[in-house]
Amino acid sequence: MKLAAPLSSQLIYGLIACILLVSAPHAEHLPLWVSTVCTALLAWRAYLTWSGNTLPARWLLLTITVACVLAIGLSFRTLFGREVGVTLLILLATLKLLELRAARDATVLIYLSCFIIITNFFYSQSIPTALNMMLTLLVIMATWVSMQTGTLTLKPRLRIAMVLLLQAIPLSLIIFVLFPRVQGPLWGMPQDAYATSGLSDTMSPGSMSKLSLSDAVAFRVSFNDKVPAREQLYWRGPVLWDFDGTTWTRGHNATLQRPTLAEAGMPVSYTVTLEPHNKLWLFALDMPTRLSIPADFAPDFQLLSKAPVNARTRYNAVSQLAYRANLNESPQQIVRALTLPQGFNPRVKKLAAEWVARGDSDEGIVRTALLYFNQNGFEYTLEPPLLGSNSVDDFLFTTKKGFCEHYAGSFVVLMRAAGIPARVVTGYQGGEYNELGDYYILRQSDAHAWAEVWLRDRGWVRIDPTAAIAPGRIQGGLNAALPDNTALPFFVRTQSPFLHKLRFNLDALTNQWNQWVLGYNTERQFAFLTRLGMEDITWQKLAMNMLAGVSLLVGFFTLVMLRRLVVRQYDPVQAAWLKVCRKLEKAGLPRALHEGAMDYAARIAAARPELGEGISDIAARYAALRYGGDDKKTGLAAFKNAVRAFKL
Amino acid sequence: MLKRFRHLFRNWAFRRTVETGTLVLNQRRIYIVPSRQGFGFAFVLVLMLLGDINYNLSLGYVLTFLLATAGGITMLHAFRNMAQLEIHAGYVEPVFAGEQAKFVFHFNNPGRMARHQIHLHDDDDHETVFDLPAQRSTPIEIAIPAVQRGWLDSGRLTLYTHYPLGLFYAWTYIHFDVRCLVYPRPAAPQPLPAASVQDGTGKMTAAGDEDFSGLRNYAAGDAMPRIAWKVLAREQGLQVKQFTAPQGSSLWLDWAQLPNIAQERKLEQLTRWVLDADAQGLMYGLRLPDGELPTQNNAAHRAECLRRLALFGSGRT
Repeated sequence: MKLAAPLSSQLIYGLIACILLVSAPHAEHLPLWVSTVCTALLAWRAYLTWSGNTLPARWLLLTITVACVLAIGLSFRTLFGREVGVTLLILLATLKLLELRAARDATVLIYLSCFIIITNFFYSQSIPTALNMMLTLLVIMATWVSMQTGTLTLKPRLRIAMVLLLQAIPLSLIIFVLFPRVQGPLWGMPQDAYATSGLSDTMSPGSMSKLSLSDAVAFRVSFNDKVPAREQLYWRGPVLWDFDGTTWTRGHNATLQRPTLAEAGMPVSYTVTLEPHNKLWLFALDMPTRLSIPADFAPDFQLLSKAPVNARTRYNAVSQLAYRANLNESPQQIVRALTLPQGFNPRVKKLAAEWVARGDSDEGIVRTALLYFNQNGFEYTLEPPLLGSNSVDDFLFTTKKGFCEHYAGSFVVLMRAAGIPARVVTGYQGGEYNELGDYYILRQSDAHAWAEVWLRDRGWVRIDPTAAIAPGRIQGGLNAALPDNTALPFFVRTQSPFLHKLRFNLDALTNQWNQWVLGYNTERQFAFLTRLGMEDITWQKLAMNMLAGVSLLVGFFTLVMLRRLVVRQYDPVQAAWLKVCRKLEKAGLPRALHEGAMDYAARIAAARPELGEGISDIAARYAALRYGGDDKKTGLAAFKNAVRAFKL
Repeated sequence: MLKRFRHLFRNWAFRRTVETGTLVLNQRRIYIVPSRQGFGFAFVLVLMLLGDINYNLSLGYVLTFLLATAGGITMLHAFRNMAQLEIHAGYVEPVFAGEQAKFVFHFNNPGRMARHQIHLHDDDDHETVFDLPAQRSTPIEIAIPAVQRGWLDSGRLTLYTHYPLGLFYAWTYIHFDVRCLVYPRPAAPQPLPAASVQDGTGKMTAAGDEDFSGLRNYAAGDAMPRIAWKVLAREQGLQVKQFTAPQGSSLWLDWAQLPNIAQERKLEQLTRWVLDADAQGLMYGLRLPDGELPTQNNAAHRAECLRRLALFGSGRT
């Protein structure tokens, strides 16, 4: 290849702007020193370009690079993982600017900038982020264009970039709608698995509601034949026995007995594909009886893998939806299921004692408790207020706002206080049906906690106190149960009708954005396309439609773009003159390219003396009109007449 | 090696026609393939798409599709950057061997939009880059070294563009029937041979260098001994002494009278003499084995002499 010309300063300023724009949104979660170093490096680069100084020596750059990488390693304590990766990417892109030598380096930087934009979406995908993306893209395009347009100034470059983007928008819209959505993730990086939230073996107020904010997939299930009702879809995970006043933990089972099921019925068989979560437990419907992979059956019906699940795991399982579980529970386990920490939550104990004093049966007390939740103004919310040291008292009698862990935990405490053996079960509830793949997706947001009580002749019975407050949670999932998000305290407090309206509009807009852009997944795509009248949606069909739509648009662009490529603009004098020339050309006397009007006329006169007079007159008039200072208005009419009169 | 194969492939794949008159670039002439950067960009896009799918980044899909379609549509822009250009070859000034032949092509952009960064290059990577303003004809020069005397064909030239993002390479071949006449390289200055009086037969008079007639400005190739050093010393610039041969005398630059040296050397020597004789205003004639040109002194004569020397032995005149 040819030796590249030195890069123009406008290209370098453009690249600085690109790196600045793509890194700026990251500033809020980058370590402060990284932002400072990057800003300083960018300023240095801008100064070098402005002053025309040479770039720093390679050894200096290498030293800076090594120092920065070391510092990142030290502050993050690792060089792998998403956050470190993003930080490294931004730092290296900035350093690359300082050793920008050839056009190829500039191209690499452009590509890097595009990549860094995408890393920002890990943190935010809101409407402002999208607008910022468009602006950044415009700057990147304009910089990119400058590599192929030489000395073109900023304004026409921005125009070219704008045209490219404006053409790209409708095209990408078509592809966005029709591109077959694959339910991710395709792979799970080990550190992602460590990082993602998943169920843990403890439960304290707030642990579940935090999980419910994560869209990450926990596992997928396909049922082999019939699908149970949604109210039956309780995916059993860690069973929590021990309570210390705030936190529930698994504790140690007092027996090694295998659990037993009596009068089991309604078997369901299904296949689970479990995403790696780096813990032991496997998930199955209440109550599992068979499993295709080796695992321990804990006495409390928990399935425990032999080793932490750190790769995607697939297993078949059979569960019995109707059962009487552990009718003969060991006395030690019963004792565990009745233990409460001493000295906490006196009011709960008092309430339970009142119920017991009424002489109800155990089942009656359970019903009373559920009714209590249902009728005392309890609220199901993601953002419960903080609780004091008597957390259950505070929740039950003061705040009355909680998420599933509050309800399950306090219910179990109530039961134990009333002398009914009870425990907390955590896991997932429900699932989202994927029609294209005919399977259910369980996300972290489906994490749930419920309770089990042991009744003398029924064994362990599942009781979900959440269902008493927010039945929608069980029937329709989390979104159906939670009230509309009200996390905008400023707007909430404000009474101005204008701001109220604005808030509602903003909220509606955000909602639409979340639903249609961010939440555009397989199901939504399917539903949307069906509504548009597409039937039997297959990948091939999507591809065909995409191709057709894109071709149609590109065809339209082609028509518009190639329209103005040839625009002949003659003034009337020249048009008339060319008419004469064409006439003569047909007669076999074409004008040579170099021939002026007078020369041509002289040649014609020599070759065809009978035309001589006419053509000489026309040529003279033409020369006078075009090159002389003759008055156009009067001269033109005479000239046109002469042309009209000229006959071969 | 690779280059040779590429050459062979091109000759096989693309029709070789030599153009006369005006060439209009239409869709049948413009070829487009993704460039190396284009493939690199596609790779980056695939990575981005995998990331979007894996992390379920909806906005990532939007960005990826925007970049992909903007990148794809540049194919159309690349095509438009070349489409409907009208090209015709211009006159090529003869040059001496060792100089650069400047082939001129007139590019007319009949459209409403300017064309950016079009490259014109030959198979040996001599290149010129230019922009074409809207509604205007622009002469474009490409310099190709003239190595040998005779006709120098421009060969097939490649006209290409990477506009607007460098992702596509849109190109066409232009091969016009233009050639540059390359005169032999003038030999090192040597005194002109003795002139003979027009009517004297065989009688040699030492003339030609004798009668000083004045000074003129120095021009490249003038002999060192002719430089007016005294004038230079008076700081009046670099001047060359001019001599005229006496009226009636004529100088024959004769192939046969040259010592026995290689044919090309002889031609180079004669070229030098033609230039010198012309510069000195001598009446000179050229006698070559395949004919002679009578003594004269004017520009047309000089051109004709040089032309005969350039094409000597090629069978083409």
